[in-house]
Amino acid sequence: MSTGLSISAVVVVVLATLAIGTWGLRFSRTTSDFFVASRTVRPRLNASAIGGEYLSAASFLGVAGLVLAYGAEMLWYPVGWTAGYLVLLVLVAAPLRRSGAYTLPDFAETRLESRAVRLVSSLLVVAIGWLYLMPQFQGAGLALRTVTGSPPWVGGLLVAAVVVINVFTGGMRSVTFVQAFQYWLKLTALLVPAFFLLLIWIGDGATPPTAAETGVSGALGSAWGLPMTSDQPYVLYTTYSLIMATFLGTMGLPHVVVRFYTNPDGRAARRTTLVVLALLGCFYVLPPVYAALGRLYAPDLITSGHSDMVVLELPARMISGYGGELLSALTTAGAFAAFLSTSSGLSIAVAGVLSQEFTGRRLAGVTAFRIAALVGVAVPLALALLTSGVSVARAVGLAFAVAASTFCPLLVLGIWWRRLTDVGALAGLAVGGVLSGVAVVDTLSGAERTGWTDALLAQPAAWTVPAAFVTMIGVSLLTQRRRPVGVGRFLVRLHTPEAVPLDRG
Amino acid sequence: MNHSEHPVQRVRVTSPRVRRPRPPRRTGIAEIDRQSRVGEIYMASLLRAQLRLAVVVLAALAATVGMLPLVFLGFPGLNDILILGMPLPWVVLAFGIYPVLVALGWVFVRAAERNEQAFADMVERS
Repeated sequence: MSTGLSISAVVVVVLATLAIGTWGLRFSRTTSDFFVASRTVRPRLNASAIGGEYLSAASFLGVAGLVLAYGAEMLWYPVGWTAGYLVLLVLVAAPLRRSGAYTLPDFAETRLESRAVRLVSSLLVVAIGWLYLMPQFQGAGLALRTVTGSPPWVGGLLVAAVVVINVFTGGMRSVTFVQAFQYWLKLTALLVPAFFLLLIWIGDGATPPTAAETGVSGALGSAWGLPMTSDQPYVLYTTYSLIMATFLGTMGLPHVVVRFYTNPDGRAARRTTLVVLALLGCFYVLPPVYAALGRLYAPDLITSGHSDMVVLELPARMISGYGGELLSALTTAGAFAAFLSTSSGLSIAVAGVLSQEFTGRRLAGVTAFRIAALVGVAVPLALALLTSGVSVARAVGLAFAVAASTFCPLLVLGIWWRRLTDVGALAGLAVGGVLSGVAVVDTLSGAERTGWTDALLAQPAAWTVPAAFVTMIGVSLLTQRRRPVGVGRFLVRLHTPEAVPLDRG
Repeated sequence: MNHSEHPVQRVRVTSPRVRRPRPPRRTGIAEIDRQSRVGEIYMASLLRAQLRLAVVVLAALAATVGMLPLVFLGFPGLNDILILGMPLPWVVLAFGIYPVLVALGWVFVRAAERNEQAFADMVERS
């Protein structure tokens, strides 16, 4: 792969991200600006920003890689990541905005009037954030190695540095602009090359990708295009478990939730989410195209284990000369946009929680936030350098499983069930967090398991989410005397439209 | 007695007040703010309407997208239908689901705003 153009593309994306971030600096003045852009972001811009923030390395590189290597079953990842927004829209979007809290721990504390629930939520936000940041840095390392041949740590360090600089200078407001810009960059970076690649494919006689000779035997060879093939054991369980993790996990991702506070009101929060659904749908039809064409034109990536790089490599392989290099440079630019945007959003969310929770009152707000951002980025970067071998999309999938097992029950029950108590919430968070956490650690450690044990640990959501819900409901029912005093007023705030002049506590 | 020199002030005679004065009629807003039983009923009706809507939309999601793994497992014949060289289930998963999700979201947003408008009309009436 020719490197000149692709390196320029990475440099341009990095500089553009920094420039837009600095431009946003002029608006950032107070701590409130840093956290949630003072709640003046309009739905369209906000939706682009959510899309830009959400489409991570897992979406941009990982989906195509997984579908290329493992086939149709993996298409449930992008479907679930989009459907998660529908579930979020239906159950939590407007109430969450109306709750008036900055972060998930804020919501938990206001709803349950308990510092302990707040603390546990904060720990979970940091854990999920780091679990999600780690594969972003790993993906950046792999991508930069593909482009330049640099060692894997360089890409991760580059992305981490840009994120820290950006957070230092602009905070959330500038990140909103950066994120909105990055959605459109990512969409263009997949759409334009896909168009040319499809033209080439038709010119070559439009061979069906299922007929490709890939040198892979068994189910992944012959039955690649077919979901639910009987060769894959426990396929029904893993599919439904994945559906549960992604459909329910989206609402519990810290960087997604923080975005909802930037909407002016609950109605705008709903409309923003609907636009996000459409934007994600437009994006996610593209990675499968790369996967299918990769089957024909880059089958060696499957056997060599570098299937995550198919989006970067395919244009240069299918189109010779300058045109192919240019298109590969474009997808590389999109990939770095993906690393930067998701990492920025997650870092802000993690830094917000760290600075509020763990730095105390010794530091001024903005200074604490900056120090927290530094810590928030350094830890997952170190984790990324220490662990490897789990594919980008699968690692992100684990973060969804943890979010679905902890924050999903907390949010859904907190918003819709007035009998939730602080003890019930704590018990549910503990059960969901510990069970899914054990599964995550086991999977990341690379332990070799077989049969049901492997299926249950690799896709834990189908049993950890119900366990968390049952615990939260059961313990709450046993501790009804601890029901918070202000729950009635709080539900008024969550569910009534802002235009009605009510006492919202 | 000379009536013309000392006119007696005329007094209107009405029936005695047998009922307590009617309490001032409160709006739904005031009832909710007082957290009275009536206010609770107003809030419960809003929550029930919104929750019912959410359950309906989620059930629709489960009945369409959520059933696909079972459909693919139960009807392997679908794999023989090819679109542009790809089996039908692959095409549905890769491209077909997103319009359904957006449509469900659109229906939900409209219905949720209608529920809120109905609630606002109800509690603002005095």
